[in-house]
Amino acid sequence: MRERWLHLSPLAWFVVRRLLLGLVTLVVVSMVIFAATELLPGNAAQAILGLTTTPARLHAMELQLHLNQPFYTQYWDWFSGVLSGHLGHSLVDGRPVSSLLSNRIVNSLTLVVLAGAIGTAISIFVGLYSALHRGRWLDEVLGVVTLTLAALPEFVIAIGLVILFATVVFQVLPPVSIVPPGQTALASPRLLILPVVTLILATIPYTIRMLRASAIEVLESDYVAMARLKGVSSRRIVVRHVVPNALPSTVQVIALVLSWLAGGVVLVEYVFNYPGIGQAFVDAVSNRDAPVVQALALILAGFYVVMNLCADLAAVLLSARTRTSLQ
Amino acid sequence: MTGTVGMRNVADGSEALAVAPALPRVRRRRPPEVVVVARRALRLTKTKIGLGIVVFVVGFAVVGPFVASPPPKSIAGAPFSTASAVNWLGTDALGRSVLSRLLAGGWVILLCGVIAALIGVGVGAALGLMASWRFGLRDEFIMRSLDVILSFPPLILGLLLVSVVGPKLWLIVLAVALWHVPGTGRVVRSVALEVRRRDFVQMAEAIGVPTWRIMGGEILPNITSQVLVEFGLRLTWSIGLIASLSFLGFGRQPPAPDWGYMIYENLVGLSVNPWGVIGPVIMIALLTVGINFITDGIQRSVIGIVRESDAAG
Repeated sequence: MRERWLHLSPLAWFVVRRLLLGLVTLVVVSMVIFAATELLPGNAAQAILGLTTTPARLHAMELQLHLNQPFYTQYWDWFSGVLSGHLGHSLVDGRPVSSLLSNRIVNSLTLVVLAGAIGTAISIFVGLYSALHRGRWLDEVLGVVTLTLAALPEFVIAIGLVILFATVVFQVLPPVSIVPPGQTALASPRLLILPVVTLILATIPYTIRMLRASAIEVLESDYVAMARLKGVSSRRIVVRHVVPNALPSTVQVIALVLSWLAGGVVLVEYVFNYPGIGQAFVDAVSNRDAPVVQALALILAGFYVVMNLCADLAAVLLSARTRTSLQ
Repeated sequence: MTGTVGMRNVADGSEALAVAPALPRVRRRRPPEVVVVARRALRLTKTKIGLGIVVFVVGFAVVGPFVASPPPKSIAGAPFSTASAVNWLGTDALGRSVLSRLLAGGWVILLCGVIAALIGVGVGAALGLMASWRFGLRDEFIMRSLDVILSFPPLILGLLLVSVVGPKLWLIVLAVALWHVPGTGRVVRSVALEVRRRDFVQMAEAIGVPTWRIMGGEILPNITSQVLVEFGLRLTWSIGLIASLSFLGFGRQPPAPDWGYMIYENLVGLSVNPWGVIGPVIMIALLTVGINFITDGIQRSVIGIVRESDAAG
């Protein structure tokens, strides 16, 4: 019936539905963030004026910040501001949040993109290698290594690297990544090495395991067995069968890695004193600077939601099996 | 294999007594599936290593506070003095004994991690089990609203709550537990749905066994090992998250000793007395890696048992 109404294939319907769901999720996430930070009455006014203020001043400040208005009006003011790029002013130094963030977003994106690109390449290579040599000793060793890395919290990996390469054992790399103000981190690539390596090590164990599993599934399938029986060379099997069939999970993995990095940058930037949005987020949480916390939580969670959405869509659109089941 | 367990349960019920003699003989006291899984897991070297590590770290963290001497909050020497006969691992940023603080600073992270994982997996498993039974509008609503939690990276969720309430341990435990609920719910629901389709559950339903007894007596025993795997995974993450949050300074507040915050406190003195950082880093790493090894062993033996029962018919 729906097809007749709008002449869309079931696949297109699936995509539209999934996109709408993603949009709804984003709106709900923004509501949760706003509610969480604003529901305590007088919080922001109290935070600006401190504890020694008079009730009259507090009331005036509440009026100025529109805290006396009902929740949905406040939310709408904030949300429409976000949509038009006005993120409010920091409670700590009164600067607009957007000016606070512009360079930091570039810095964080640099980390995420670099770690995502290198991490994906390593995962594909190691995952395929492991799958092709499954059961051999190197595969077993890689299994233990990924299991170990998967268990370690990001900051433990980061500090382990600092101990190894920047302070106690060797002193070859800078232990902190302090970027001169006004510059972006790309200007000093040496500072990027340890944060990027940390993020890569924190995310690849999952992706290597996912790719290894999906490649093994292909390798043990009937059509690969058939190809082997026909005498197709194993190189050709990898190129013709394994890679194309592992493609959906690869793209899915890239999107998932990027989404995990949204959480990972927070700790890594904090450890290395790297001037990105993650570090700003921790500072804002310490200072209970609500407008900055709201903006950054929205950016980080929004990135996470969008990347998860991409992963879902990629998994469905690129894999022949699910695509045909929807048609 | 698991099917016979359910058959026996039905045969014990009074309604089915007449049918019982016709059933093939089943061994009377078969150990529950969890025990079988645990025994198999323990045959793997990885599980044994993991268990050894975890026993060591837990023992260290539990016995530690009682043997820590000098007291972890007292000054034992100059700040960042190196290892000596008195202070085996040297002193920290304020001149307190690193070893004492290491001994006394583990149990909170451990306890909070276990509580968060227990609450999260418990509530998640209960919701997942209910959702697997009748998926009505109400369950759909519960699951969808919980999915909103999954739209936050766990650390961001914890930090968001801390920014409102302030750094409180109970809040961190609650945030981590809350984040575990939807993920566990999904896993348990999908596993329970599979068990639900089996004959013995259908039979129990047909002869009118109350729903809560089917869930508790038929489905739950058959998914215990999967829930156990989920618990292991989430325990690893819980400890990692709680350690991360206390590293950021939002966990147990100083001057109380805490592995996570110790790392932050002593980071500036890393090149003078590295033990103040290396000690807690190693303990946290051992704990999470050990638990993950055990979980992996259990997961492997669960998969093995499922494969065998599939092959057997």
